Amino acid sequence: MEHLSNRSKVVSDKPMTFMERLYLPAIFAGMMTTLKHLFRRHNTIKYPEEQRVFAPVYRGMHVLKRDEKGRENCTACGLCAVACPAEAITMVAAERKPGEENLYREEKYAETYEINMLRCIFCGLCEEACPKEAIFLTDRIVPTEFERDDFIYGKDLLVESMDHRIDITKRQHTGKRSDK
Amino acid sequence: MVKVTIDDQVIEVEPGTTILNAARQIGGDIVPPAMCYYSKLPGTGGKCRTCLVEVVQGSEKDPRPMPKLMVSCSTTVQDGMVVRNKTSERVQKNRAGVVEFLLINHPLDCPICDQAGECHLQDLGFENGGAGTRYEEERRTFAPRDIGNKIKLHMNRCILCYRCVHVAKQLTDQRVHGVLNRGEHAEISTYIENAIENDFSGNMIDVCPVGALTDKTFRFKSRVWFLKPLNASCSCNKCSGKAVVWMFGDEIYRVTARKDAYGEVEEQDGKAGWICNDCRFDKKDVHNWQIEGPRVINRHSVISQGHYLSPRQHDQKKIK
Repeated sequence: MEHLSNRSKVVSDKPMTFMERLYLPAIFAGMMTTLKHLFRRHNTIKYPEEQRVFAPVYRGMHVLKRDEKGRENCTACGLCAVACPAEAITMVAAERKPGEENLYREEKYAETYEINMLRCIFCGLCEEACPKEAIFLTDRIVPTEFERDDFIYGKDLLVESMDHRIDITKRQHTGKRSDK
Repeated sequence: MVKVTIDDQVIEVEPGTTILNAARQIGGDIVPPAMCYYSKLPGTGGKCRTCLVEVVQGSEKDPRPMPKLMVSCSTTVQDGMVVRNKTSERVQKNRAGVVEFLLINHPLDCPICDQAGECHLQDLGFENGGAGTRYEEERRTFAPRDIGNKIKLHMNRCILCYRCVHVAKQLTDQRVHGVLNRGEHAEISTYIENAIENDFSGNMIDVCPVGALTDKTFRFKSRVWFLKPLNASCSCNKCSGKAVVWMFGDEIYRVTARKDAYGEVEEQDGKAGWICNDCRFDKKDVHNWQIEGPRVINRHSVISQGHYLSPRQHDQKKIK
């Protein structure tokens, strides 16, 4: 029979020699391999204690930004949802009522805004499509959950709070949104 | 029959046809855009100046070129006329200027506007406009107001094409709205905010080329590209009952007339297919309508994003 590779070995049931029956040389040879790796550079890091440096344009968990007066930038135009290749974004728009001018920047706002983080592929097209500089991807990682429902992020998780503002200055485009 | 050449394409048309309609008979991208002209409404046209074309030869008998650009929607053709639209640099430059003028007072609030995605001004600006504006002064602003209880008027977005005024004059029995004031202050108004209670007043939403007149029952409910347009008909004793229902899941979000490639209502049984206010605003239940099939939208339109038609469906309905 012709072999496909030259790595095949003929198996024999020849009885082992005395040295082979001691097993010690084989054990030492194996231990040497193990010990050699102890002194090599590690490829992994001890994650929670030690964290890798993220690129400034890392595409992680989304944030819905507020402007400098704390009003939500998002106006529920739906461009992120239509740009989304994974169809992860859904929203319902509502009209701003008189007296809510300090909450929402524009006449229309997103009443609900949901991103399914299981669907999301973190491509950043929503950020690119946004005409209002409202949605940005950040260097935060989406935490693990046990239930599928918990991955559907609503406005409570996406909109930044005024006390803990998310810095996106490194990825902020300029000139898209006028401050009038 | 008179022979006319538009962008090197020759066509024979009836005497008295306008250049724009002759171009529409040829079809394709040589058709000049029109913001104010509406073929189903006599008397429209000549206001927006987007359809200006260059006439390089007046006629067979008098081959001199016309010195100025001509309004193609109201200039009739003459035998042997040679017209340049796409192929004329002068026209393209002029059209970019017209777009800039139309956008001087336009708020550019497309992310909010319900018309976004099917707005003629968006298309016009996309194809002919520049990236920026040189206008530095304050834009004129008006507060949004209600025209009747079903129509919202955003005067900021209006380009004063007068189409809706012609709808009020021609489709409804008594005209209750028109344009007040002059120049910069001109605004569409129902005189002293009279509500429009007329069976066909809703058609002014369909004829509006921008988002100035929008459907209050659809206001901010969704974006057009999330909806699925379906041809549907109902038995109605006021209108033809042939409309397009825009569905989201099993819900009808809005009803519009059937519009052709130029954004004008299609003819139904030889008449313009205007729909009445009952069909437009009140019949939002699926059981009111007989669904005929999906409406074929130009695949380059944002509305057809995420809607897929089989090649067979495309063949059945010729894409316009």
